[in-house]
Amino acid sequence: MVDATVNTQSGPRGPKPKKALSSTNVIIYGTLFVVCMYYLLPLYVMIVTSLKGMPEVRLGNIFGPPVEVTFQPWVKAWSEACTGINCEGLSRGFWNSVWILVPSVIISIAIASVSGYALANWRFKGSEVFFTILIFGAFIPYQVMIYPIVILLRESGEGITSVLKAFNPMLEAMGFEGFKTFRLMGSVSGLVIVHTIFGMPILTLLFRNYFTSVPEELFKAARVDGAGFWGIYFRIMLPMSLPIFVVAMILQVTGIWNDFLFGVIYTKPETYPMTVQLNNIVNSVQGVKEYNVNMAATLLTGLVPLVIYFASGKLFVRGIAAGAVKG
Amino acid sequence: MTYSVEIKQLDLAFGAVKVLQGLDLNVSEGEFLVLLGSSGCGKSTLLNCIAGLLEITDGQIFIKGKNVTWAEPSERGIGMVFQSYALYPQMTVKGNLSFGLKNAKIPKNEIEKRVARAAEILQIGPLLDRKPGALSGGQRQRVAIGRALVRDVDVFLFDEPLSNLDAKLRVDLRVELKRLHNQLQNTMIYVTHDQVEAMTLADRIAVMKGGAIMQLGSPDEIYNKPRNLYVADFIGSPSMNFVEGHLEGGLFKVDDMVLPMDGYVFAAPQTADRLATIGIRPEHVVTGELVPNAPLQFNVDVDLVEPMGSDTLVYAKLGQHPFRIRMDGQASVKVGETISIGVDPSRASLFDTATEDRL
Ligand SMILES: Nc1ncnc2c1ncn2[C@@H]1O[C@H](COP(=O)(O)OP(=O)(O)O)[C@@H](O)[C@H]1O
Ligand SMILES: [Mg+2]
Repeated sequence: MVDATVNTQSGPRGPKPKKALSSTNVIIYGTLFVVCMYYLLPLYVMIVTSLKGMPEVRLGNIFGPPVEVTFQPWVKAWSEACTGINCEGLSRGFWNSVWILVPSVIISIAIASVSGYALANWRFKGSEVFFTILIFGAFIPYQVMIYPIVILLRESGEGITSVLKAFNPMLEAMGFEGFKTFRLMGSVSGLVIVHTIFGMPILTLLFRNYFTSVPEELFKAARVDGAGFWGIYFRIMLPMSLPIFVVAMILQVTGIWNDFLFGVIYTKPETYPMTVQLNNIVNSVQGVKEYNVNMAATLLTGLVPLVIYFASGKLFVRGIAAGAVKG
Repeated sequence: MTYSVEIKQLDLAFGAVKVLQGLDLNVSEGEFLVLLGSSGCGKSTLLNCIAGLLEITDGQIFIKGKNVTWAEPSERGIGMVFQSYALYPQMTVKGNLSFGLKNAKIPKNEIEKRVARAAEILQIGPLLDRKPGALSGGQRQRVAIGRALVRDVDVFLFDEPLSNLDAKLRVDLRVELKRLHNQLQNTMIYVTHDQVEAMTLADRIAVMKGGAIMQLGSPDEIYNKPRNLYVADFIGSPSMNFVEGHLEGGLFKVDDMVLPMDGYVFAAPQTADRLATIGIRPEHVVTGELVPNAPLQFNVDVDLVEPMGSDTLVYAKLGQHPFRIRMDGQASVKVGETISIGVDPSRASLFDTATEDRL
C-alpha cells in the first residue's frame, strides 16, 4: 500500500517522451524525401526551362534557375506554336478539350449515377446479369474496340443524317434551311459518346457500391413516404452523395483530359484535343527544337487535372474514405 | 366485420428460399399486435409485405377491407418506423416530417398544422429545425414515429423501433408508445424479438418461428397456455423447466415419481398413454412455508445461486433433471442445500413429447 503510493509519485508521468530521430522516423522520412524528389525534380526542370530563353536553354544547364525570366515560351506555346501549317498554338486544342470534356463528364456521370442507383436500390429482373455484363466490359482491352467503334460512329452518323434529311423537304417548304450531313465520326460529339461509353463500367460500379452502402431502411422509408424512382434519387440519394460525385468527376476529368488515343482516332485535326496538339507541337520536326516552348506547352496541358486535384482533393479523400472505391 | 389488416395465404420467397408460406393473419381495428420471434424468423419480412416494400409471391393483403396486394407502399395507408430510424440525414426534423406530405401534394398550411400537432404529441417541438445528426437516439426515434404520425395513416408498422436504444431509454419510449396507442387508437403492428416489449405492449402476440405463426393470442394466453414447446420455451425469463416423462391415465410419471395432475385443464380428454413433457415456470414454484399448501411437493438439491436483487435465481436438481426456481430476493439459499418446493399442476403445462403440442 505504502509502496504503491511512493511508486505513483516518483514514477514517470505525463505524455511519453518521443525520440525525434528514431531509426523508424529516419527510414520513413528518408523514403518520403526520395519519392518526393523523384516526382518533383522533373517538374522543377520543366518549370525552370519554360522560363528561360532559347539561348540560355542551349547552354545545357538544365538544373540551373533562369538567369533572365521570360514568359515568352508560355505565350508562344499558348497562341503561336505551329503544328503543320496551323500556327494558333495550344489554345485551340484547349478549347476543343473543354468542349469534349464538359459534356462527356456531365453525361457520363448523370447516366452512371442513375444506373448505379437503379442497380443498387431497385433490383429489377435481370439487374444482376446486366451488372455482370457491365463489369465484364471494364476488362475488355480498348484496342479490341477501336475499329468497331469507328464503323459504329460512321454508320450511326449516316443513319442520323438520313433521318434528319427526311425532314428537309418539309423544312425547305416552310422556308427554313434543311439539315446538312451529320457526322459522328471525326466530330466532337462522336468523341463525347465514346468517352461516355468507356466511362460507364467503372463509374456505374463506383456509384452502385456507394448507393449500396446507403442504409436500405432509408430507401424504404422514402418509399413509404411516397417518393418514386426520381424523387428518391434527387431528394434523398443525391444530397447525401456529394463525395462520390466528386470522386467520379475527378476520375472522369483527368481520364478524359489526359486521353490521347481516342482523341487522335475519333476526331480530325480541327477538333484535336489538347493532348494530341501538344504531341504535334512537341514532335514537330521543322526548325530547331524549342525546349522552353515544349515545356510550357506540357505544363499548360497538365494544368487542368492539377487544378482539379488541388481544388477537390479533400472531398476526393472523403469520398474514398466513405467506402466509395472499395470492392 | 372488416379487419384493419387481413392477410390471406401469404407466400413469400427470396429466390428458392421460402420465408413465409401460407400465412394467415387478421388484425382488428385499433389493435396492438406484436410479432415476436427470434432473429431470422421472418418478422421483418412479413412487416415489409404488409407495407408493400416486398413483392409477395402469392396470397392477398387487405387493409381496411381494401385489397392492397399490389398497391404502392404510400397508397396503403400505412406508416413505418424502422430500427435504424432511417431519417433523411440532409433534411431538418421538419423536412423529415413533411417529406411524405409534400409527396402527397398536401397544401402547405395543412402540412404546417399536421407537423405542429405531431411535434406536440411527441414533444419534439424545439427540435424541428435541427438535422437528425444533432439528435439523440431517443429523439431520432420520436421523429421517425412523427413521420408516420403526420401522414394520418390507418396502420402503424414498427420494425424493432427500440432495439438501437440503450436499456433505460428503451423502457421510457416503450411506455410512451403505449400511451401513444391509447391516445391515437390506431392499429399498430410491432415487430420485436424482446418478449418484455411484446408482453407489455401487445393486445395480442403472434409468436413466429421459421416463417410460421406458432401461436396467436393475448399475452396472458401466450404466457399461461403456450400452445407448444417452442412457445413455452421462448416466452419467460428464465425459461420454463421441462421434465420428460409418461402421461398415464391422468397421472404424470417421471423416474419413480407419480404426479396426479389434479386441476390441470387438458386441451382435449386424454385417453391414450403417451410420452409427455411437463413444463413448470421457475416463478410458479413455491418455497418455504407455502410448500405444505402446494398440491405437489418435491425436494431439490441446490447447484448454484444467482442473486439478482429483486429476486434470486436458484439452479437446482430434481433427481437427474436440472430445475430452475425463482425465489424472493431476500431468500437465503446455500449451494449444496436440499430444499423443498411446491408446484401447482393447474399452472403447469403438459406437452406431447413427440408432437410438441400442448395436451
Ligand atoms: N433480401 C433477402 N434476400 C434473401 N433472403 C432474405 C432477404 N431478406 C431476408 N432474408 C431471409 O429471410 C429470413 C427472414 O428474415 P427477416 O424477416 O429479416 O427476419 P427477422 O425475423 O429477424 O426480421 C432470414 O432467414 C433471412 O436470411
Ligand atoms: Mg428484422
